[in-house]
Amino acid sequence: MKDSPTAADTATTEPKIAARGVDVFYGETHAIKDVSVDIRDKAVTAFIGPSGCGKSTFLRCFNRMNDTIDNCRVTGGIALDGENIHDRRVDPVQLRAKVGMVFQKPNPFPKSIYDNVAYGPRIHGLAQSRGDLDEIVEKALRRGAIWNEVKDRLHASGTGLSGGQQQRLCIARAIATEPEVLLMDEPCSALDPIATGQVEELIDELKADYSVVIVTHSMQQAARVSQETAFFHLGTLVEFGKTDEIFTNPREKLTESYITGRIG
Amino acid sequence: MTDATQDATPRADGSILTADPRTARRNAAERRFRAYGLAAIVAALSMLFLLLVSILSQGLPAFTQTTVELEVALPAETLDPRGERDPDDIAQILTFGYVPLIEAAMERRVADLGVTIEGLEDPAALLSKSAPAQVRNHVLANPEVIGGTYVFRFLATSRVDQFLKNEVTLESAERDSRISVAQLRLAEALREAGALERGFNWGFVTGPDASDQRPEAAGLGVAILGSAYMMLIVLFLALPIGVAASIYLEEFAPQNRFTDVIEVNISNLAAVPSIVFGILGLAIFINFVGLPQSAPIVGGLVLTLMTLPTIIISTRAALKSVPPSIRTAALGVGASKMQTVFHHVLPLAGPGILTGTIIGLAQALGETAPLLLIGMVAFVGEYPDAPPEGFFDPASALPVQIYNWTQRADPAFAERASGAIIVLLVFLAIMNIAAVLLRRRFERRW
Repeated sequence: MKDSPTAADTATTEPKIAARGVDVFYGETHAIKDVSVDIRDKAVTAFIGPSGCGKSTFLRCFNRMNDTIDNCRVTGGIALDGENIHDRRVDPVQLRAKVGMVFQKPNPFPKSIYDNVAYGPRIHGLAQSRGDLDEIVEKALRRGAIWNEVKDRLHASGTGLSGGQQQRLCIARAIATEPEVLLMDEPCSALDPIATGQVEELIDELKADYSVVIVTHSMQQAARVSQETAFFHLGTLVEFGKTDEIFTNPREKLTESYITGRIG
Repeated sequence: MTDATQDATPRADGSILTADPRTARRNAAERRFRAYGLAAIVAALSMLFLLLVSILSQGLPAFTQTTVELEVALPAETLDPRGERDPDDIAQILTFGYVPLIEAAMERRVADLGVTIEGLEDPAALLSKSAPAQVRNHVLANPEVIGGTYVFRFLATSRVDQFLKNEVTLESAERDSRISVAQLRLAEALREAGALERGFNWGFVTGPDASDQRPEAAGLGVAILGSAYMMLIVLFLALPIGVAASIYLEEFAPQNRFTDVIEVNISNLAAVPSIVFGILGLAIFINFVGLPQSAPIVGGLVLTLMTLPTIIISTRAALKSVPPSIRTAALGVGASKMQTVFHHVLPLAGPGILTGTIIGLAQALGETAPLLLIGMVAFVGEYPDAPPEGFFDPASALPVQIYNWTQRADPAFAERASGAIIVLLVFLAIMNIAAVLLRRRFERRW
């Protein structure tokens, strides 16, 4: 564990997710090399780095989405609230209800807006009655900052929305299951600047209740929305710390080169 | 930079309003290619057109049939000598006993016409050989008609029918042992008197097959029922098995050498000649398991084996066409693998699966070779019972019935075979249109 957690105040509170010495292999390829990170609760952590550096792969370790890839192998310890997520007793399905995910490309189900949001609560049995479910859906859509735009057409297809609306619908869908952690894999890369602004605003509000981890290509975005930033390069974690410090006063030469646009 | 411009081919001189030789050649090649393509399409369409014209012109007459109206006296002394109207007594008189009644009725009819035809013998030969049986069945069902007269509508014999359709002529009758010139003249006279009538031939669509002696009575009813039973069996076996196999292979099975072998073999199975499946059915279902011959259950099982690869291949293609983002979305909100498949992937793949299934069924409906081997080519004059018992009764199938009729000597069967082809094509067209409509109706875009 050469890269022990560095952010100063993570030591004071218990981390939401603690990753220790994580390695990820795709067949023969060593995609993530011995990465250790502490994700704080009720804060936004950004993963930045050039394309192919493994930040998305690392993000997908947190809800074991890498399990669905045949030749992918994850080693090392990842603990959610002190519980090892690779424990034999852990069902990835239950884990994913606690650790929600928003993907790069908006991927609403080709069903109604209501059914998109209601799907998670339905399969996890979160609603006792139709009224309960209506309430959960409305709450999630309000939290997703899309309620006002869709409240009159809840039964229209989710795929008929614009790209930005679709992505906020996907965020609403992810938070409808009351997760504790929200993983976002480049949520704005398919959106225009206005939609991006709306989603960023939303992320800022979400950090009051959730631990948010966001992968982004845009350094401005990382600087705007996150409190902590991890910089990855070629599968290794180069630097991890408070966002202000990383952007103003990076300790590593490589980080500085990337932030100033000389590499990447 | 300058070197590069000097080395480059010299710039073409001249106006852009005139084509240079190179462009002209290129355009000519393109025009030629278009012409070839157009010619290919025209050739294919004209073949199709010829095929349709030939089938329709030969087969459509099979849908009309000539009938003769005839008043038959049913004297009580011959039909019920004891006069008690006891059904058992009436049944004592066999079909043969009704022949003289019909002959007498026919002779009286000729006398009523008031025409004399030279050399006319046996005017009853104008009627189908099924006429006595028709009278007998009617008398057995309605004993009260005994002692009076009753107007029957008999099928005319196939020669008379074909004479009215201009297939049989007076010249050909001279060389025909089954009809004489005088009999045809009588038919002409009867037509002028309005006793011959050509109407839509329901018997052709609903009736059972008939022997070589009476092609006019042969129908497709048993074959249509047999085909329908087999399609039911194929649908209820091949669809669940095929879809379950595809879902497992596509969504759950690990990618290893074992599943690779299975995959290759499913594709190979789709290319196995259908007669091989027939031999398999004969060896396993009939000789080993001991299922009855000529039964829709055996035909259905064989056709199921044949249709399975088609359904599996099209179902897998439909599952593959569902974008992976839908799967990750479902997994991301915490759906299990099975929930992902059944809540999201399968409904989206549904139209594709249905289309594939209908195409597979259509293929099975037209399949002949394997059915010949399991004995479905036998002559079946009785309708099978209602399912499920009927699955074990002897039945025929549409394509096999066509094959069967083309084997028979009487030219009237050639007309029937073409008519049966039209019926088969109508069923196939309905299934294919259904497939297209389903695809249109449920197609999803994302």
